[in-house]
Amino acid sequence: MTVESTAARKPRRSAGGKAGTTGTKRTTRTTAKKAQGTDPELVQLLTPEGERVKNAEYDGYVDGITADELRGLYRDMVLTRRFDAEATALQRQGELGLWASLLGQEAAQIGSGRATREDDYVFPTYREHGVAWCRGVDPTNLLGMFRGVNNGGWDPNGNNFHLYTIVIGSQALHATGYAMGVAKDGADSAVIAYFGDGASSQGDVSEAFNFAAVYNAPVVFFCQNNQWAISESNEKQTRVPLYQRAQGFGFPGVRVDGNDVLASLAVTRWALERARRGEGPALIEAYTYRMGAHTTSDDPSRYRHDDERAAWEAKDPILRLRRHLEAANHADEGFFAELEAESEALGKRVREVVRAMPDPDRFAIFENVYADGHALVDEERAQFAAYQASFADAEGV
Amino acid sequence: MAVEKMALAKAINESLRRALDSDPKVLIMGEDVGKLGGVFRVTDGLQKDFGDDRVIDTPLAESGIVGTAIGLALRGYRPVVEIQFDGFVFPAYDQIVTQLAKMHARSLGKVKLPVVVRIPYGGGIGAVEHHSESPEALFAHVAGLKVVSPSNASDAYWMMQQAVQSDDPVIFFEPKRRYWDKGEVDTEAIPGPLHGARVVREGTDLTLAAYGPMVKLCQEVADAAAEEGRSLEVLDLRSVSPIDFDTIQASVEKTRRLVVVHEAPVFFGSGAEIAARITERCFYHLEAPVLRVGGYHAPYPPARLEEEYLPDLDRVLDAVDRSLAY
Repeated sequence: MTVESTAARKPRRSAGGKAGTTGTKRTTRTTAKKAQGTDPELVQLLTPEGERVKNAEYDGYVDGITADELRGLYRDMVLTRRFDAEATALQRQGELGLWASLLGQEAAQIGSGRATREDDYVFPTYREHGVAWCRGVDPTNLLGMFRGVNNGGWDPNGNNFHLYTIVIGSQALHATGYAMGVAKDGADSAVIAYFGDGASSQGDVSEAFNFAAVYNAPVVFFCQNNQWAISESNEKQTRVPLYQRAQGFGFPGVRVDGNDVLASLAVTRWALERARRGEGPALIEAYTYRMGAHTTSDDPSRYRHDDERAAWEAKDPILRLRRHLEAANHADEGFFAELEAESEALGKRVREVVRAMPDPDRFAIFENVYADGHALVDEERAQFAAYQASFADAEGV
Repeated sequence: MAVEKMALAKAINESLRRALDSDPKVLIMGEDVGKLGGVFRVTDGLQKDFGDDRVIDTPLAESGIVGTAIGLALRGYRPVVEIQFDGFVFPAYDQIVTQLAKMHARSLGKVKLPVVVRIPYGGGIGAVEHHSESPEALFAHVAGLKVVSPSNASDAYWMMQQAVQSDDPVIFFEPKRRYWDKGEVDTEAIPGPLHGARVVREGTDLTLAAYGPMVKLCQEVADAAAEEGRSLEVLDLRSVSPIDFDTIQASVEKTRRLVVVHEAPVFFGSGAEIAARITERCFYHLEAPVLRVGGYHAPYPPARLEEEYLPDLDRVLDAVDRSLAY
């Protein structure tokens, strides 16, 4: 390579905005903000100040919502946040090995979760504590895997809420396959797959989009874009706004304000209803923010600034609904006080249940490895039992 | 007619037909399995008779095929998925190892995933790269999966019936170079257990253990050895997870010598596991170390070299000689 050709490459690089000077970086960020920030296509029904704004397309899905229902959404979000805070505290106290907080994402989860019908089926990641709450899964059941006593402590078919999936994006395919089965059965229910902005980079998610489109499966892809995949920002995951990915697969994509519970509810109702009608998949990008760390093992101070968090705090999902409830006189002091007490009671119950959660029997290692049994597992269980028994003999002497 | 002579591929076809016929929850999924009937015609005619709702041509994405099969199984279906060739399974390896194998355990037994993953495997057909591999050890190593491989038409028929009925995921390795070998299939027989080995030829001097495509070779080896006055016992293991060690043990206690033969590389292969276990079980019976004949620790070679790479009559006889020389 000649000196001339090296020099000639330089300006091309800066023009592409890939690397190099601070100036170039700034340009890139501005472009990204424009594409993803205050976007006219962001569906919002409640402003951060709690003001109800009209939206011709989605108002119909929440028009008849009662004060009681609004208080219910508020209660769901408050209790979910309280549970989440308790779990974080329990991790700090050594009762849990790890916790993945949903702080900041309550509206996206409660809004979408409350849009599901009992016969719908939910495929979560490992952060869908609010959706689990909506599905009626006892929150303490979510903690077994984080305490290390099991790898998923609930019956998925009990609440049509699948086990948490840790390997990123895999569940999008399970949801699609399940939805293909729903269609084969001629049922009119729908399936919803949760995943995040990081997962949007996974091949499985793209394959799920394609299978769902090709078979017109009744599945809703609900992407909580919380801006961060551990330390990697959106810019490391995508060059286009995520909701636009749907277009290439041949189904609609919508970006909703994920901190607006009412908008999340409306948009998810729209998507689930069209799926139930046989109109196929849809992608919802719930634009939100992970207020906390990725998990209790993470340290966001290494990769993002506090001022970013502060900006999102102003858009807090719970605060905005409270403002709306108060402005509309939908809730009085008594309601908030009662909820506060309920919240504390939940925290106390979670604490007590977790602390009393026993370690599994050591032979659980060999349980349920196979449904129909396996000779090697039987043999190793017997060896393990003999080994354990050898201590009992020694103690007996 | 209950007994019919048919090719191994046809036997699988008939077995899948029976499965589709007897259980409406059984589905066939894969690339080109519909109109084309699969690249080996194993699913020939099934879509025509059972419809494209049950015999499903999928997008060309192996992870997608297995991932959606898991979802369908969660919904109560029993998918039988085809991976077109051995070397194409790896895009689905994550779904198989991370999801399919573990979901029963992580649900504490609440969820069952009766999924069969069919994989035509092995070499000897002069194919291009990635079409001749034997990755069975990579699946046998994973708890939660069962791994089987029939060697003949009758087993192909019955083992497929049993695999479809199994509530566990089964990786079903089909010996593609034996697809056209004919054998008698009794469709009214009472089959033995799916994971049981079988003595296909009795002998007294040495045991040859194999499965899938290598069983036929081992029978030829036993014929050749018989001409030299040596009596070899041949075992068809049939299952690689679990392995029927009791049958191998009984044979080795009699013959005192064991040679394991497979196309897969011997390093960390199923032969290594068998050698270790049989050494433990038969230490005082063995007259020679357990020997292995298989592929080398090298990528599967270009077709013009595969005869050098694959175990053949002479290489197995060489191992037999070495064992008997101890």
